[in-house]
Amino acid sequence: MASSSCTSYANSPCAACKFLRRKCTSDCVFAPYFPPEEPTKFANVHRIFGASNVSKILQEVEPHQREDAVNSLAYEAEARLKDPVYGCVGAISILQRQVIRLQRELEETNADLMRYASCFGAETTSFGGRKSGGRGGGRDGEGYGGY
Amino acid sequence: MASSSSNSPCAACKFLRRKCQPECVFAPYFPPDQPQKFANVHKVFGASNVTKLLNELHPSQREDAVNSLAYEADMRLRDPVYGCVGVISLLQHQLRQLQMDLSCAKSELSKYQSLGILHQSIGINLLGGGTNANANANATATHQYHHQFFPREQVFGGFVDHHNHHSGGSNYDGGILAIGQIATQFQQPRAAAGDDVRRTVDPS
Repeated sequence: MASSSCTSYANSPCAACKFLRRKCTSDCVFAPYFPPEEPTKFANVHRIFGASNVSKILQEVEPHQREDAVNSLAYEAEARLKDPVYGCVGAISILQRQVIRLQRELEETNADLMRYASCFGAETTSFGGRKSGGRGGGRDGEGYGGY
Repeated sequence: MASSSSNSPCAACKFLRRKCQPECVFAPYFPPDQPQKFANVHKVFGASNVTKLLNELHPSQREDAVNSLAYEADMRLRDPVYGCVGVISLLQHQLRQLQMDLSCAKSELSKYQSLGILHQSIGINLLGGGTNANANANATATHQYHHQFFPREQVFGGFVDHHNHHSGGSNYDGGILAIGQIATQFQQPRAAAGDDVRRTVDPS
């Protein structure tokens, strides 16, 4: 996600202050990240997290990280509103299952490749990082699942 | 689900320092032996927001909702900038990588399979080629062709070069499944990630 900051609007209150019906001061913590033309963004975040919690989170992160933090909160809030039971955890669950499924499929395909390679007496490389032969290309493996 | 008892307040009421009523909305989902769960959820979402969320749901859905909120809260506290979204981003990256690797592997496999079919068809031609004027020529060619499979450098050098083998698109259907019916498994991302690592993959 990009990390560019927006400037607060001197005349137009930010979406947060508009929503909260308060004066948008020059040092408003929300103003850089909740422009007035995106009212829904703050409304969603407010509904799920609450203004004070968002304010605390923003104050805990570095200024250059705040835009990313707000955007991720907005994403989570929207996901939660669309799916009140699972929110974005539902997406995580789906993705994890897809990863497991693809890993299994890749293992099987690599096993088939090994079998063909041994039948033909040729060298080949497993995809996903494991090299069975010393020659040829093959892609550098990346650990799957390292966090 | 734990129910509030008259003696032991639930974790939420303990945290909020209030009397835990029999109808406490939090009590079934925040047992007193898991104080951190409510503390995290309270810190990220706030008690009143959680109450509103739970009240909007059918009772049968509330436990899953609380568990997903607890997971999100935990992730947000571990990673205040990205929270769960960081996990999603990482998984999407893993998925893209896997799709590419699978596509290449399948492409490679199809070449072997084609060779296998070709080899078989030549073998059949030999067996049934008594009336074929070119049977002898075929036999000779096949004999030579057969031996060509063994010297690695001649035939398989090209197949071992993977650098340019990026077949366009994967056959894998990457469509996202419907969210509604998923039985959520709230694994810790590091544990889940560790479980997902396959031994065939070299650690980076």
